[in-house]
Amino acid sequence: MSAAPSFRGYRRPDGRVGTRNHVLLVPTVICASVVAERIAAAIAPVGTVVPHQAGCGQLGPDLRVTHDTLAAYCQHPNVGTVLVVALGCEQVVAQHLADVARRAGKHAEIIAIQNEGGTVRATDKGIGIARHLAAALESDAREVCPASSLVLSVKCGGSDYTSGLASNPVLGRVADRIVDAGGSVVIGEIAEIMGAEQLLAVRAETPMVAARLIQIVNRVEGEAMALGLDIRGTQPSPGNIRGGLTTIEEKSLGATHKAGERSRLADVVPYAAPILQRGLTVMDTPGLDVESVTGMVAGGAQVVVFTTGLGTPTGNPIAPVIKTTGNARTALSMADNIDLDVSGVITGTESIDAAADRLFDELMAVASGRPTASERLLHREFAIHRRNPTI
Amino acid sequence: VNRLLVISPNDNVATALESLSSGDVVSVAGRRVSVAESIPRGHKVALVDIAAGQAVVKYGSPIGVASAPIDAGMHVHTHNVASARGRGDLARAATSSELRIAEPPDSDALDLPVAEKQP
Repeated sequence: MSAAPSFRGYRRPDGRVGTRNHVLLVPTVICASVVAERIAAAIAPVGTVVPHQAGCGQLGPDLRVTHDTLAAYCQHPNVGTVLVVALGCEQVVAQHLADVARRAGKHAEIIAIQNEGGTVRATDKGIGIARHLAAALESDAREVCPASSLVLSVKCGGSDYTSGLASNPVLGRVADRIVDAGGSVVIGEIAEIMGAEQLLAVRAETPMVAARLIQIVNRVEGEAMALGLDIRGTQPSPGNIRGGLTTIEEKSLGATHKAGERSRLADVVPYAAPILQRGLTVMDTPGLDVESVTGMVAGGAQVVVFTTGLGTPTGNPIAPVIKTTGNARTALSMADNIDLDVSGVITGTESIDAAADRLFDELMAVASGRPTASERLLHREFAIHRRNPTI
Repeated sequence: VNRLLVISPNDNVATALESLSSGDVVSVAGRRVSVAESIPRGHKVALVDIAAGQAVVKYGSPIGVASAPIDAGMHVHTHNVASARGRGDLARAATSSELRIAEPPDSDALDLPVAEKQP
């Protein structure tokens, strides 16, 4: 292809581009999650919600991460408007979340369950507001936008031997093409870089970026050390081991293929922090799939490509998640959950480059609005990473 | 269709693209591998003899260390390859000499099917 790659997205006032146009329901605290979920369900599928377990009883870093993650979703380009659902006595501040959305040029409203007089009144009022917000989004139109405005999250989960041989190298080719087009790619899951960190570090743009990568990999390894445990059984997981992966080094070497083979490592950022650099960014996320995707979408990813060997259903509340597998059996047995089958790379009927062309086309189509398997099935998992006890 | 795949010329293991049985002879990357035991699909077979303590190499990079001698044609997996990373268990064994209170049994010793082992 000679023309610069493009897709049809929603241009936002802050200059970012969305691949979806959701009404986002944001509970400030777990106590408001059920009301927020019921309001979102009344306007599904445009209505979506980020239910979570936190928002109170948290200290320092965890409270900060909860707050920053929710704020990042409030200003995310895949979100058209925001309705914050508060309880009224929690730590996370509803007004702040609404202000963040407004600063990004979005309409935002707040309801508080204690102010409205309980679940029933708050839900009824919220549904009324949400219907107006949804109706107001109907006139928004997609425009042709360059692929350089994309932040692509690359992720793998339920890996088996096919992941490192087929789906991850295929995704890596697509990741390099996004970077070539001037876009951004983010990879997380530090434990699954362990054993392959030197291959990424040599691609770092500066010695400082390389040093930060090595530092966070060493921190994660040190956490396993401090517990006095062998991480095997967790990394690789029992399913990975059954699928033929023997050590974390083997899993990591296969997993890092999805970050491409040649694009420069531009940045290393904390969990849920904004992805500001073009090129490849490593985000400090855990290996747990939903926490990892939640963090990378908070960082600004508008679309996720998720490779799997054994098959996994999870999605995200606001970003489309494209599932691709190199395992022909999984493509059949979990057909509901799989968007793209690249098993021909294993059987020798398709080259990695040809499969990458198909994945790239699928990525542009999904960015332009084609629903993914996880969207059709309303898989909208959301989990904020936490490190400390609840007080 | 290839039955075995070698990714890098430096590798000393190959990946089985279909299940292999003892006695199978498979040609791959200029070698003839006599399969010595059954190899499930997706699992690895040794291309050459690998001494205990020697690196096991896939993708051209070490994926661990042989914890026992591995003959060419043998199944290469958790029973004969140790990871070099995230080994807090070794760190603990090396540093603690005091008596420890009873611990839950090691799931590896329970002989459960792998899928039911808890991390």
